[in-house]
Amino acid sequence: MALLTNCDWNTRKKHIADIDEWKKKFSVIHELAVSPDGEKISAIIKGDNDRFTPCVNGVTWPHTFEKAWSLRFGCDGRLTCLAMNDDEWTVATDDQMWEEKYDYVWNLQENRDGECIAVNIKTGGQYGVAVNDKRWENIFFEARDLAISPDGEHTAAIVQTERLDGADTVGFLEGVWSVAVDGHRWDKNFTNVWGVTFSCDSRNVAAEVRTDIRDYTIAVDGNPWNTVFRCVWEPLFNPANGDVTAPVQTERGWTLALNGTVIWDKYFNQLWHQRYNPNSQDIAAVVSPKFGKWTIAINGSPWKETFSDAVLPPVFSPDGTRVAAVIKNKGKWTIAVDGQPWDEVFDMIWNPHFSPDGSRIAAKAERGGDFFVVIDGKVGSPFEACWDPVFSPDGKKLLIRSIDDGAYYRRVCSV
Amino acid sequence: MGEPAENAVVDPGLDEQIKKLTSEKIEGVITKVLTEETAARLDVYMRTCVHCGLCAEACHYCLSHDKDPRFSPVGKVKQTLWEILRRKGKVEPEFIRECARIAFTECNVCRRCSMYCPFGIDIAYLLLVVRRICSLLGVVPQYLQDTVNSHAVTSNQMWVKQDEWIDTLQWQEEDTQDEIKDARIPLDKEGAEIMYSVIGPEPKFLAQLLGNIAFIMNVAGIDWTMPSFDGWDNSNMAMYSGDCESRARIERTHDEAAFKLKVKKIVMGECGHAFRGAVYDGPKGLGWKEPPVPLIHAIQFYYELIRDGKVKIVKKFEGPVTVQDPCNVVRGRGLGKMLRYIMRAVCEDFRDVSPRFEHNYCCGAGGGVINCGPSWKSARVKGNSVKAEQLKATGAKVIITPCHNCHSGIEDIINYYKLGMHVKFFSEILVNAMEIPEELKV
Amino acid sequence: MYQFIAGPLVWIAFAVLIVGSMYRIISMLFQAKKDKVVYPYMSLRFSLRSLIHWFVPFAGVNMRRQPEMTVVTFAFHICLICTPIFLLPHNILIYRAWGISWWTLPKGVADVMTLIVVITSLIFLLRRVTSPVVKYVTSPSDYVLLAIAAAPFVTGFLAYHHVLPYKTMSVLHILSGVVMLAAIPFTRLSHMLFFVFTRSYMGSEFGAVRSSKDW
Repeated sequence: MALLTNCDWNTRKKHIADIDEWKKKFSVIHELAVSPDGEKISAIIKGDNDRFTPCVNGVTWPHTFEKAWSLRFGCDGRLTCLAMNDDEWTVATDDQMWEEKYDYVWNLQENRDGECIAVNIKTGGQYGVAVNDKRWENIFFEARDLAISPDGEHTAAIVQTERLDGADTVGFLEGVWSVAVDGHRWDKNFTNVWGVTFSCDSRNVAAEVRTDIRDYTIAVDGNPWNTVFRCVWEPLFNPANGDVTAPVQTERGWTLALNGTVIWDKYFNQLWHQRYNPNSQDIAAVVSPKFGKWTIAINGSPWKETFSDAVLPPVFSPDGTRVAAVIKNKGKWTIAVDGQPWDEVFDMIWNPHFSPDGSRIAAKAERGGDFFVVIDGKVGSPFEACWDPVFSPDGKKLLIRSIDDGAYYRRVCSV
Repeated sequence: MGEPAENAVVDPGLDEQIKKLTSEKIEGVITKVLTEETAARLDVYMRTCVHCGLCAEACHYCLSHDKDPRFSPVGKVKQTLWEILRRKGKVEPEFIRECARIAFTECNVCRRCSMYCPFGIDIAYLLLVVRRICSLLGVVPQYLQDTVNSHAVTSNQMWVKQDEWIDTLQWQEEDTQDEIKDARIPLDKEGAEIMYSVIGPEPKFLAQLLGNIAFIMNVAGIDWTMPSFDGWDNSNMAMYSGDCESRARIERTHDEAAFKLKVKKIVMGECGHAFRGAVYDGPKGLGWKEPPVPLIHAIQFYYELIRDGKVKIVKKFEGPVTVQDPCNVVRGRGLGKMLRYIMRAVCEDFRDVSPRFEHNYCCGAGGGVINCGPSWKSARVKGNSVKAEQLKATGAKVIITPCHNCHSGIEDIINYYKLGMHVKFFSEILVNAMEIPEELKV
Repeated sequence: MYQFIAGPLVWIAFAVLIVGSMYRIISMLFQAKKDKVVYPYMSLRFSLRSLIHWFVPFAGVNMRRQPEMTVVTFAFHICLICTPIFLLPHNILIYRAWGISWWTLPKGVADVMTLIVVITSLIFLLRRVTSPVVKYVTSPSDYVLLAIAAAPFVTGFLAYHHVLPYKTMSVLHILSGVVMLAAIPFTRLSHMLFFVFTRSYMGSEFGAVRSSKDW
């Protein structure tokens, strides 16, 4: 992340924009977005002649639109939104519009380094994907969802390859859905396809597929596993060797399968959101060991402590030694680290962020309408609004992006 | 006992599908369901039922058919599950068709009979077991199956495509701006207090309801959002078709949308079955004891808005009005008192129904029955003459149905029995009764 | 022969009743675990709330809608359970066997209660034959169960009043009692075991999950 390596890690507090001023100037301000380095804040605003455009640090783009939405900063710091003029939709990045225009665009996504920007598109009544201002050469009856390969070279979507008449339940079961990668569909069709994902080397694609009323399995590059299960959830590629694992449901309950074979000896009431340790073969996942109880299991061994309401996807520390997850217990949210929940609880908490050496954890949280940055369970001072905290690449500093008294500040503090 | 007239209904979902069945397949599926998927409840209910027939009093089908025993709750179990168990699953395809017809089109799984059975046997659950068997055999009324297929592909009930959904919201936002200055439907607003979710028919056929909620939310100054991505639909027809796997997937998508948006609660539109699916029957299938993000039905939401003065009623609805207690929110979640509070707050001449609250009659459309399609409509409407009588007795000209299935089902009843009433959602009368603050006027 | 019927056979019947009932209930409790939703939703408060409303005559809507049936049902069940327990001759037998005894019913009252069981059984029978809804779901087993339940009372009454040869009648009485006791766990007479559980579960679900009443 060049942006974070090169950004200002020295200035302790910087006033970036006066949001209260914006409110006086513009009658409508949509949701605020901030850049990863904290140097910019933006929102779509309604300007003259009722036209919309992003305002960045108080300055609006020269281009304006009839409609604009889905504004976000990429991880390379570029600002992108979806915009419409004269009934044509397109993607606009840093005030540059794509040349291609579509009937509709949505599901704006970027790859790991932000260089590849892709969207789902509708054009001429058919559907496809457009990547960096270039649409797939093939379009389909429908294209849903979107996955971008980590290197940004490939895109995949769930596509409907054949027409299906209204209420054609027989044709549906025979299968009209497939996956298209860069616009080229798999040979096989399935009853359903979900959860398309790329391998870490960007070469392979896996997805959940349904082959009959109650036959579910995983297909890799179009080839389904030999075994079918009662149900499956999203597959994931092993970063080291390209194996595919997925939660599968058998008569005994939910467990984990690798390339079609069950590998965990424990069965759960529920199992989803598997994540790989970046440095080994360990897999952490959200599990429900008993009805109404939730926790994290690592390689099938659940944490001792369980939580009544919910557990969100686990996050490994960069060195792979620790696991943290957002949990909700008895109506209150917090973060649990290696099975131990923080003492402080919140009305809402965002994803945990590990420092590069894995020793610290920071997260954004909200309680009673105030926002905080929480570090290792300790609550900082309240803000009107804030965004996820960001550790410096050396792990010594923390970037805090927040709004105080109607103004947006960028702060750097030592940890 | 003669063949019921409804048997003549042609439905490829049943007629064509049973042709593909073999006795081995039927027996296999039944054995699987009875050994792997059912346990104490089915077993104990079967051992406990003393065949007393007291449940007949509960069922609107039975009451509307002059207490024809074939329509009594226990009568339906006798014709289906007793026979399946007695013959240990060795039944013919034609019998499966009968099971499907009875379980899908002559029972709304409204659970009224559980309140009339001295043992509290969950007869709806027994009929849902029958539906599960039919579903695994692929014998489901065609239109109902089609909505489930839509759910499986799109996570919504009506084959609404991803772009159509967003486009509709943007269109409704613009329409609302004609009445409320700078009104918004904020999409994907992370950290909003409320995620508002609806059922597929709203963007498909009843987009003005989305406009209504935008109107209400903007006037009340609520911090809300709607997802631009899948999970915006809270309905769950798979819960009724017997497709437990799809039911779980639909429910999960809805929950995950709320997690992703970091909302504190989900408020849902005026729908009953969706409430059942999202609040108490759906979450169970995933392992949640309670929904992980609390869900508030529109009735409760409006109740809180009116009670807390967030919306002010300035012009009450005139003329006699009555109300339908939707099974899944009143018998299912006890919202009957709140419903009456908001009815009285907004209507000048509210006429209550009898029976009411938990004991109200089902509209006849719920439980997936209306979704079985137009070919079953006549049987459905004839099976609910008691509803027509009940409504007629109120003398009301308008009936409020805070549930989509009730809305459509009662409209059919009104037309068939020529009641001369109009059906409305609560939001339709609320938007006309509430005050628009000066600063929001266009 | 009589010695065996009046002695060991009765104890065997009680043993079958107790062991069989325990087996039924324990296996239900295990099975309920497999039905994942049962235990997590059980609530003592709402179980009791439901049981009270169904143990009190006319507390529920359906009981008020069908008053005759409510009277008949309560009369039948109260008499069926109380008469044998508080009957003087039964008490004497128990006193002789174990040396314990308790309060007993006056002779006339016991007679009336026995007749109530017999008459209400006849009403149930009549209802099975005449009510279309009940007739539709009636199988031969329902008549057999009714007969099993009524037989000890009919035979007991005849034996006590020496209407027919006493010895024969009392053997028949004991035999019919034995059959009934032993049949409870293994037939739908087991509703007397399961009533509390099915009611409690539905009460819990309606109360704790659905915030509404189940009566």
